[in-house]
Amino acid sequence: MSAVVLGIETSCDETAAAVVGSDLVVRSSVVSSQIDLHARYGGVVPEIASRAHIERITPVVVEALADAGMSPQRPDGIDAVAATIGPGLVGSLLVGVSAAKALALAWDVPFVGVNHLEAHLFAPMLEEPDVAYPLLVLLVSGGHSMFLAMHGPGEYRLLGRTVDDAAGEAFDKVARFLGLGYPGGPVIDRLAEEGDAQAIAFPRSMLHEGFDLSFSGLKTSVVNHVRRNPSVSSADVAASFREAVVDVLVHKARRAAAEIGAVGVSLAGGVAANSRLRDRWVAFAEEDGLRAHLPSRAYCTDNAAMVAAAGAWRLGRTGSSPLDAAVDPNLPLVVVGG
Amino acid sequence: MDDRWGGAVLILGLETSTSQVSVAIGGPDGVTASARVRRDQRHAELLAPLVEQMLRSTSTRLADLAAVAVGDGPGLYTGLRVGVATAKTLALALDLPVVPVCSLDLLAHAARHGAGRVAAVMDARRSEVFWAVYETDRRGVRTVVEPAVGRPDAAAERLGAIAADAGPVRIVGDGALRHAAPFLPVGGDVAADWPAYPSASALVQIAVQRLDLGGGVAQDAVVPRYLRRPDAEANWVERGPA
Ligand SMILES: [Zn+2]
Repeated sequence: MSAVVLGIETSCDETAAAVVGSDLVVRSSVVSSQIDLHARYGGVVPEIASRAHIERITPVVVEALADAGMSPQRPDGIDAVAATIGPGLVGSLLVGVSAAKALALAWDVPFVGVNHLEAHLFAPMLEEPDVAYPLLVLLVSGGHSMFLAMHGPGEYRLLGRTVDDAAGEAFDKVARFLGLGYPGGPVIDRLAEEGDAQAIAFPRSMLHEGFDLSFSGLKTSVVNHVRRNPSVSSADVAASFREAVVDVLVHKARRAAAEIGAVGVSLAGGVAANSRLRDRWVAFAEEDGLRAHLPSRAYCTDNAAMVAAAGAWRLGRTGSSPLDAAVDPNLPLVVVGG
Repeated sequence: MDDRWGGAVLILGLETSTSQVSVAIGGPDGVTASARVRRDQRHAELLAPLVEQMLRSTSTRLADLAAVAVGDGPGLYTGLRVGVATAKTLALALDLPVVPVCSLDLLAHAARHGAGRVAAVMDARRSEVFWAVYETDRRGVRTVVEPAVGRPDAAAERLGAIAADAGPVRIVGDGALRHAAPFLPVGGDVAADWPAYPSASALVQIAVQRLDLGGGVAQDAVVPRYLRRPDAEANWVERGPA
């Protein structure tokens, strides 16, 4: 992985660009969040996200290049431009991919289309170059919740995934129901610190069955509990809800790590910024003699450094992508093995 | 030719506001090459390769470019995102101005030869059209009714009033062909004689004139001409927070 790559990420509501150098050293990473634009709607509005990306894409690229000591006109040393081609919101993806192709044309360097999910799996390597495998990865965000066995870059096996809501979606829905605002993850995390996690025994769905996940039953229990007990403390609800989610994730991660003979366990995705999940992740890894990988919060949530890293690896392994590469809102992670 | 051209001689034009993706290169001496492809909603796949092929086939060096022109809408949002993001980013990387031109101007420009006024009418989906009215002469077009979005019958009624007041209006564009009925009494022959889609050739011709007049802008000032607010925003303003 010796290429210097400009990465671009616009799959959802962050406009991001980053320069990652050889051996995955992050030279710059700029993220322009649109949370302020979507907050009043209680979730990401695709059309508003697409319009914001168009306005922010060039300033974000300029800033990422400037932070890396480069000019957009003469970025000496950039070997390729990588951009997320899916999965994600189609109108948002189009902006980043169009910009990346234009830069590749103007600079006469290769374009590399990157799978957003694979990019998340590269986040731990940005801070710890010597990740050991097999690695159990829990990828949890507003759009995805899955357990993966990672045997090295490019070698993934899907162990289980959510059958209904993503974990981040459950946080958003519960936060909206409790009138806490958006996004739900950080507000519930904050409020939960003041509550009693054992106050309410919310269900732990499918705790002992396989590695698939389900959060819609839990969300319904929260709603029913609050309707039956209108005077219940919101902090207790938040803490008990968060504990139920984290319990399921950690319990299953533990079993999955044992099953694949993992030497390490890694978190990825926006929900990996949750403080309770991080604490319990470190604790269980220690108890089970596993190495815990926790990318810093900035690399858990959507960012372009992970896209550049995945792009650099893809460039070396499978080569560049053609300029007629399409965006794919439903792009699956290519998994190997069974 | 003044120093706005800075020694370079060519403009690259990108037009993606409809299902047609169109690219052209030209300068003060005319359009040297143009190409267009129609494959529904495939703008992001088609545009960059088309630009690359055109630069290569015309042996154009990027240093020969004086500006990037773009049809900035109104039109299909998918197409506009691809065209505008590509134009802005090329302009950034090549340190060039952008010449944004309303896509309806391009339709009218292609129909400028002939008497009277021209109404450009583009399909806007949702049973609506984007439309604007122009005065024309052999050299170009001048907007007399600013671009708007609305129902075809309402647009046709406005055009009827303009025709009664100021003489015949020729109606062009895929919107008029698709929703022909209300426009027929106004436009007579809703013109199948002229191009139904805005073209990059017309874009380059207009951009050459505008660049001479100082019509180039910094890339970060360019945004698509949507003419509609996002639905969520419109609903929120009407109903207030849920
Ligand atoms: Zn993500």
